[in-house]
Amino acid sequence: MIFSNMIDWLTNGANWQGPEGIPTRVGEHVYYAVLAVLVASAVAVPLGLFVGHTGRGAVFVVAISNALRALPTLGLVTLFVLLLGLGDWPVLIGLIILAVPPILSGTYAGVQDVDRGVIDAARGMGMTGWQRLWKVEVPNALPLLIGGVRSAVLQVVATVAVAAFVGLGGLGRILLSGQKTYKFEVMLGAAVLIALLAVVLDQIIAAIQRLVVPKGLTVAAKAAAPTRGGK
Amino acid sequence: MIEFRDVTKKYPDGTVAVDELNLTVEAGTITVFVGPSGCGKTTSLRMVNRMIDPSAGEVLIDGEDVRKSDPALLRRGIGYVIQQAGLFPHRTVLDNVATVPLLSGWTKAKARTRAAELLETVGLPAEMGKRFPAQLSGGQQQRVGVARALAADPPILLMDEPFSAVDPVVREGLQDELLRLQGELDKTIVFVTHDIDEAVRLGEKVAVFRQGGVLAQYDAPAEILARPADDFVSDFVGRDRGYRGLSFVDNEGLPIGQVDTVLVGGAHSPSQQWTLVLVDGDKPRGWLAPGSTVDGEWTTADALAGGSLYTRGTPLRGALDAALSSPAGLGVVVDDAGAYAGVVTAEEVLKVIESRRETAE
Repeated sequence: MIFSNMIDWLTNGANWQGPEGIPTRVGEHVYYAVLAVLVASAVAVPLGLFVGHTGRGAVFVVAISNALRALPTLGLVTLFVLLLGLGDWPVLIGLIILAVPPILSGTYAGVQDVDRGVIDAARGMGMTGWQRLWKVEVPNALPLLIGGVRSAVLQVVATVAVAAFVGLGGLGRILLSGQKTYKFEVMLGAAVLIALLAVVLDQIIAAIQRLVVPKGLTVAAKAAAPTRGGK
Repeated sequence: MIEFRDVTKKYPDGTVAVDELNLTVEAGTITVFVGPSGCGKTTSLRMVNRMIDPSAGEVLIDGEDVRKSDPALLRRGIGYVIQQAGLFPHRTVLDNVATVPLLSGWTKAKARTRAAELLETVGLPAEMGKRFPAQLSGGQQQRVGVARALAADPPILLMDEPFSAVDPVVREGLQDELLRLQGELDKTIVFVTHDIDEAVRLGEKVAVFRQGGVLAQYDAPAEILARPADDFVSDFVGRDRGYRGLSFVDNEGLPIGQVDTVLVGGAHSPSQQWTLVLVDGDKPRGWLAPGSTVDGEWTTADALAGGSLYTRGTPLRGALDAALSSPAGLGVVVDDAGAYAGVVTAEEVLKVIESRRETAE
């Protein structure tokens, strides 16, 4: 049976060792995914903050986000490999481009969503532009900003797996070798590991979100949400 | 003192928000800017703290053109209260109030101590400081907004429709609170509203604006009600302006009569006149119609609901309303403690008003 074979594969100590072993592949997968999201954040967060704060270039941000989202994942990665040759960086550039739209629009929407009265009060009390950004807009934008990062992570974790086709390391390699050798239990095992990895990374960011999002916003969100059930 | 000198605000599309405004707001007074939407009242207010700069003319604070000051520094010295308060949702109530002191470089401890004092000043319990804005009612948020504006003890307070988003009962409480605060603090307050009742109630001076940013009349509220400058003002202050004007007529010469009274629980022989029912010794509760009888003792359920109460020494508007709203046609007069002091009739109130008119002419 495929499931029991998969369990056998997953529990076989030999598969957990060496440069082709599961831990190595998980490590690579996390490394590429995190690297891509970090670089994308370094680009998208400041840009989103700028556009949200000044209101300038909002049309540009929406257009760029939508255009980038419409690009096919694998096609983009393949294109960069064809343009720049094999190697990690061509693939990474593709991944970064994929991670930018959710983070950019999350950040922009986060700042844009701050109540206009709150912004007016911040100005009227004598906050400078920078003070308004750091003391008011950024803290209030955090839920949507981090939401953007979370969806970027999910997308990139999935895409890193596919990028094994153009030579990137990670759990996709196991998936591919399973396919070549018709070992479906290996493919299934790799797929389960990728899904698990996505869930674990998402939960880690969710925990960070709970730590950094100001408590007042959580309270406000609960107050605004339609009451579910009792209480 | 705030002076507007030939102030005009014109937008690039040609809209004139404020048209050659000349007006002086005296120090230590509440001045209300009132008018329909699009009359430039808010624009005028926002030119004081440079949220908007005029296209021509100048705004002076104590003789100094505001445009010579850095906007951020200028604003820290001017209290600012807006509709729906605009509290920072991510900060506690206490830290919201401490905002301007913190911006001005106070230590956190000192700013929070000051903020706690201010919560008390605006009538909120100190424990509320730990809560977040989302956990407060609209009226409470607005009180916090006022406390926040007062935190650095600015001489000027700008209030842009601060009470228009709360329900009428809460609004009245907030208005009373503002008048009480002003009695203690003596700030120069510019207050914007579209509600003429609010303007008349709060303002020592009222500036009525009309569409196109033109100042139609600038006067004491009693003057505006009694002698509107033109048809626009007269329309704007509304049909009830004669009645509203009684808010500014004192009660001198108003005779106060007496009626039979009965205590709840006490025995009462039937009377051929209206009898006032009292509870707790001297608090008016309602009326007994002439000739009404019950078996045994009177209870509150036997009394007809009373009208509004008129507090002795307050303007005539309350006296007339008490008389008109009473089932007996007799307005119940109470003292400051709410104890029964006598009754007035509408006829007597009108006589006083008539005699005032004669002496005025």
